[in-house]
Amino acid sequence: MAKVVAVTGNEAVAYALKQVNPDVSAAYPITPATDIMQRFTSYVSNGQVKTEMVLAESEHSAMSGCIGASAAGGRVMTATSSQGMALMWEELFIASGSRLPIVMALVNRALSAPLNIHGDHSDGMGARDCGWIQLWSENAQEAYDNTIQAFRIAEHMDIRLPAMVCLDGFIISHSIERMEYIDDDAVKNFVGEFKALNPLLDIEHPVSYGPLILTDYYMEYRKAHAEVMSKVSKVVLDAAKEFEKISGRKYGLFETYRLDDAEIGLVILNSAAGTSKDVIDSFREKGIKAGLLKPRLFRPFPYEEIGNALKNLKAVCVLDRADAFGGSYGPLFIDIAASLYPHKNGPVLMNKIYGLGGRDYLPGHAELVLNELVDIAKTGKVKMIKEYIGVRE
Amino acid sequence: MKLKGWKDVNPGAVCTEAGSALKFKTGSWRAYRPKWVEENCIQCLFCWAYCPDMAVFVKDGKMTGFNYDYCKGCGICALECPGKKGNKAIVMEEEGK
Ligand code: SF4
Ligand code: SF4
Repeated sequence: MAKVVAVTGNEAVAYALKQVNPDVSAAYPITPATDIMQRFTSYVSNGQVKTEMVLAESEHSAMSGCIGASAAGGRVMTATSSQGMALMWEELFIASGSRLPIVMALVNRALSAPLNIHGDHSDGMGARDCGWIQLWSENAQEAYDNTIQAFRIAEHMDIRLPAMVCLDGFIISHSIERMEYIDDDAVKNFVGEFKALNPLLDIEHPVSYGPLILTDYYMEYRKAHAEVMSKVSKVVLDAAKEFEKISGRKYGLFETYRLDDAEIGLVILNSAAGTSKDVIDSFREKGIKAGLLKPRLFRPFPYEEIGNALKNLKAVCVLDRADAFGGSYGPLFIDIAASLYPHKNGPVLMNKIYGLGGRDYLPGHAELVLNELVDIAKTGKVKMIKEYIGVRE
Repeated sequence: MKLKGWKDVNPGAVCTEAGSALKFKTGSWRAYRPKWVEENCIQCLFCWAYCPDMAVFVKDGKMTGFNYDYCKGCGICALECPGKKGNKAIVMEEEGK
């Protein structure tokens, strides 16, 4: 029987980790993720999990410890945010390139400078190309569900890649919501016994991790990694099907909300999708065919499926809670535009940057954007493709 | 040796064959070659102990020369070699000369 609880996003993730009961965790505190590991270390101290907890001296060391433990043959997890993940940067690539199925909660927080502790997606977007799987979560329930599923996806024998579960700092990590916990046994059975692949501690079969691979083989390894990425979608969908059996909750590669017959649509990640859905309802009540798409599996990005889901709309606004300072568009917009590239008569696109550094995303913002989309759908013309919203002039 | 294609490489570049570094001959990296001057050698085996590779041959407890398949020419052995009466038993010579 599921248990209904009122908990914060961090509490929910910590509880999922307790239920999974990994072999090893190495972590270093950083706001707003601190709370996850603080709660988890209490489980360790109270003997409620058998995890070997390593309190590292930095995030660089925390991820290094996770890599070592994962290569040794253990089920491994950690959590971080923002600067913490920035300090793990080097290790993120080593974890994925070595195909180590580490699970990490990333409580999304803005990157410094200027220093800011609040929620935006610049940390996760900065790590989008590091070869990890990324699952994004709208609320505490999704963060909890994604954390449990992440182990199964990452550790799948066809995949063996690290996975991060993203949730919005403070907005989700520190707000209390009503949600459901699955029974311990059901979670345990769902993630299953950990199967090691080429563990360092198997002294009967000695192996080495991290060899030097030069011009003669590097490309073959990169191609193999790219190929594995292409198999992730299927494993995510299979895991979701199994997960539905124990939770009653449906998951896909992305969520669509009133999108089937929509003419205008929003694409938005994480917590702001909730606010947007509310506003979409009010537009629907006015007879305006508005809908929404919320990516869940952001890496690897399901280009084909998302392109197909959006191709028949007239106008779409991609809302980015991070800017990519590349002189072009926000990171989510770039991927959405790429997914629509094969569709000649796809929707007109625009890109709004919102909510940086934890700035509130309000229903009024969604209304503004949807009203603009109504005009664009009529005229086919966009005034400004990319624009910041909720910013003072 | 025929190189493997991407479908056949080990996940994560993990080496599953113990001691396979033996197959990777690094001697071609060498720009300077250590030369053993036997008459100055006092058989202290510093060269063997300091060599960061395993490129010093030792037989029956005695230094007998270098394994040029693996010696990278770093010169550590030559630096550490005490030699005899101030005369080094290892000298570095430029390759190709
Ligand atoms: S030059 Fe360097 S690698 Fe070669 S034998 Fe001397 S110490 Fe070893
Ligand atoms: S360090 Fe020099 S003296 Fe000592 S064993 Fe080696 S070559 Fe001989």
